[in-house]
Amino acid sequence: MATALTPEPTAPAPVAVAVPERAAWWRRLPVVHQLRQSVGVQRTMLVLGLVLMAVFLLSAIFAPLLAPYGFSQLRDASGEAFGAQQPPSAEHLLGTTVGGYDVLSRVIWGSRTALMVVVIGLLLSVFLGIAFGLVSGYFGGWLDRVAVVVADAVYSFPSLLLAILAAIVISGGQASVWGGIMATAVSITVVFIPQYFRVVRAEVIRVKAEAFVESARVIGTPHRRIMTRHVLRNSTRTLPLIVTLNSSEAILTLAGLGFLGFGIEPTKGADWGYDLNKALSDIAAGIWWTSVWPGVAIVLTVLGITLVGESLNDLADPRLRRRRRAARLAGTVGSTTAVPGGVLAAGAQGADGIDGLEASEQDALDPLEDPVAEPRGVAGTGGDEGGSRS
Amino acid sequence: MSAQTTGPRAVVDIQDLTVTFSTDGGDVRAVRGVSLSVAPGEVLAVVGESGSGKTVTARSILGLLPSTATTEGAVLLSDRAIRDEVEGADDSGTPVVDVTRLRPSLLRKVRGRDAAMVFQEPSSVLNPVFPVGWQIAEGLRAHANVSRAEARERAIEALRQVGIPDPEHRVDHYPHQFSGGQKQRIVIAQALVLDPGLIIADEPTTALDVTVQAEILELLRRLPKELGTAVVLITHNMGVVADLADRVAVMYDGEIVEQADVQTLFRAPRHEYTKALLEAVPKIGARARVTEPARSVVDASAPAADAPAPVVEARGLRITYPGRLRQPAFVAVDGVDLSIAPGEVLGLVGESGSGKTTIGRAIAGLTPVSGGSLEVLGVEMNGVKERQFRPVRRRIGFVFQDPATSFNPLLTIAQCVAEPLVVHGVARDASAARPRVDELLEAVQLPRAFGDRFPHELSGGQRQRASLARALALDPELLIADEPTSALDVSVQARVLELFGRLQEELGFACLFVSHDLAVVDLLADRIAVLHRGVLVEEGTGDQVLADPQHAYTQRLLASLPVPDPVEQAGRRERWAALR
Repeated sequence: MATALTPEPTAPAPVAVAVPERAAWWRRLPVVHQLRQSVGVQRTMLVLGLVLMAVFLLSAIFAPLLAPYGFSQLRDASGEAFGAQQPPSAEHLLGTTVGGYDVLSRVIWGSRTALMVVVIGLLLSVFLGIAFGLVSGYFGGWLDRVAVVVADAVYSFPSLLLAILAAIVISGGQASVWGGIMATAVSITVVFIPQYFRVVRAEVIRVKAEAFVESARVIGTPHRRIMTRHVLRNSTRTLPLIVTLNSSEAILTLAGLGFLGFGIEPTKGADWGYDLNKALSDIAAGIWWTSVWPGVAIVLTVLGITLVGESLNDLADPRLRRRRRAARLAGTVGSTTAVPGGVLAAGAQGADGIDGLEASEQDALDPLEDPVAEPRGVAGTGGDEGGSRS
Repeated sequence: MSAQTTGPRAVVDIQDLTVTFSTDGGDVRAVRGVSLSVAPGEVLAVVGESGSGKTVTARSILGLLPSTATTEGAVLLSDRAIRDEVEGADDSGTPVVDVTRLRPSLLRKVRGRDAAMVFQEPSSVLNPVFPVGWQIAEGLRAHANVSRAEARERAIEALRQVGIPDPEHRVDHYPHQFSGGQKQRIVIAQALVLDPGLIIADEPTTALDVTVQAEILELLRRLPKELGTAVVLITHNMGVVADLADRVAVMYDGEIVEQADVQTLFRAPRHEYTKALLEAVPKIGARARVTEPARSVVDASAPAADAPAPVVEARGLRITYPGRLRQPAFVAVDGVDLSIAPGEVLGLVGESGSGKTTIGRAIAGLTPVSGGSLEVLGVEMNGVKERQFRPVRRRIGFVFQDPATSFNPLLTIAQCVAEPLVVHGVARDASAARPRVDELLEAVQLPRAFGDRFPHELSGGQRQRASLARALALDPELLIADEPTSALDVSVQARVLELFGRLQEELGFACLFVSHDLAVVDLLADRIAVLHRGVLVEEGTGDQVLADPQHAYTQRLLASLPVPDPVEQAGRRERWAALR
């Protein structure tokens, strides 16, 4: 029966079929693509955010090379103690803390702790949140209702309170490096899962009603395949945005925990929040360097991540995205017809074009839309959108 | 093109208008050097396919283009009050204003007072939280200092003008308390209340049913006669043009390719595109019944030719949607009997809400059956379990209404078309199914290379053809087509229908063709069934139903359908008025 479909042994399609050009693979990468797309203020914001994030990542990865001393080091190589609350000097570029640690080293090592918390916290919450959201949104019913109520209940707790609770449960309030990192990461997870759950669930419910999901149902696709192949991949559009915004919140939560004394012991790891806590009493004594630098580190990191997230958000939305003004008398004249090649290309015979096809098999495609003229149609679709929506 | 400016001065005079949009894909010129003018009391129809720039041209009259647009040329609107406020107003006694150069504050004054707009979708234009009278009066308040009582008085007057019964009471009602046609009347009243010289109607009847459309057209026809308002009508429906317009401008690819009065245009179109456009409009009774002998050959060769079991058989089919709290369930389909024989095309016609789509979805197992019996390929659908029905699914194909949304945007066309093959284990994965996919694409006359494109890289007509390829992938015995061409332009629709008919003849599948357009159904269907509010009111062959309709509703439906011929339409209009 399969052969019955092809009308007659038609001539091979004309070779000159122009497939629209796709950009090089690296230009289609998430952030690179947006960077190329952005203009003006939005581009400045994005670039600034990316630079700040790069500094943060580099200092976290290369902390052992960058930091002059270890995070818990109290004496230099000759065995002499640094001394407490020393002002910035050649040996200690940013001075030392009340506990006698080198501020610069603590700030650099702190970025490593922060990065680990962000990565672990996000990994846990993203996967769990997406899984819950997908199942709950797709199947609906009582499962969905219960899940939404639980998520709302978690929402109604102050997140820092939950984080403290998790920190106490996991490590009894006294933290080792991993205990501290895990405690913070898990507490972040608890707070963030509902966010991912909600976002993914809302998207899933929207996508579930789309015609392409119905068309998958009509051909008898099993639920699991619909969920993974059709629904999930179309529901994750907004996730990069939430991931960036949540990672800045994760850093703030970590700092908050450290500040409240549920952070990581100075001997086990560097924690910006802990250092800020210990620097509280220094401020009155006019010792500014112990508090300013960890604070600056927190602000810049959060600022960088937030800038990237907000820019991505604006760029993802065609209504917020800025574009270059059209040059007056632009040289390129876009075709705007939604029928590529146009009805004229098909000839005045219009609908009879197909019947003409039967008669002349040798150029099977000719009376139809001229495939060579195709790329114009792609440009035209964009123009159509610009014209008829608005 | 300048001959039409004779007589009284034009209400609007568009001179050499060019509109450029900046998009992500570079600059696109949507309108190129368009010149148009409309005389008072004239109805000018602007026709063209989507993307031809007709809406952009019309919107530029009110300065309603998005910020990404750059405009050149002039749009001179005859103006009634701001002459002394604008520099450069014509001193020769004809106060005009160039909309493209107007300050926003002055533009706001022009809008509504000199020209008003009627949009396509009345239910989304009206604000659901305010009474309609308030919304009509809003325009008055924006332009003049009127008292509350006076505004209400004038709103009632406007409602009466557009034929809303009992306007004194209904002025306080909310939009949801009106029907779709009434809502469009209210939108027109909103435009009329400031007595503008020009009304721009952007596809004013596209979202409405045929019978309601006829009423709105009747109203629009009265405006120029009774109020002297000029109307710019944007549409793709040539029947509407024939019914309403005095003069027609045909747009193609951002340019006006032909401008003529309506009789001349329909009788002797000059431009190739106009000819092709008129050719492509489906007409009732225009089908050359050459397919009959071909089909009888198929029937004769089929086994058990004497009484083949029907593919679909419905008896007293009843489908309800559960109501909200304390409300009774909504009955979408009520006691419908129908059957589709193997290899037969049944056209199901009805207006929105008639239950035609619901029947199609029930046959495909997308909507549960709540009563009666529906047998699809030997499976009883009333209370069927998905597990029982899944083996049958491979024998059913489904073509959806909107080709833009029925493809997963992240998969290529080849992957989408291969999906049924992979799901039913015919092919291991998309790449293994590729030879068959290429074959299918060829059958629907798409080049193989299109398989590697993504859905958004295809035009609407191409997507719908790909959708047909997907539906045919497993060689179904039954194809359900739910308004497969209503989202397409007329010229594209003609080609998709042609292809559809040819494949049906070749492959001999049975088909349920759901549509609101009688002319389209007539083109394809062996038998036509007319649904009205969930009840099957008439069924028969195309000739029976269309030439000699028995039920009053079918008669009304037929009479409401405007035909693309101004002379014939004038006659039909009288018949329609008599039926009302």
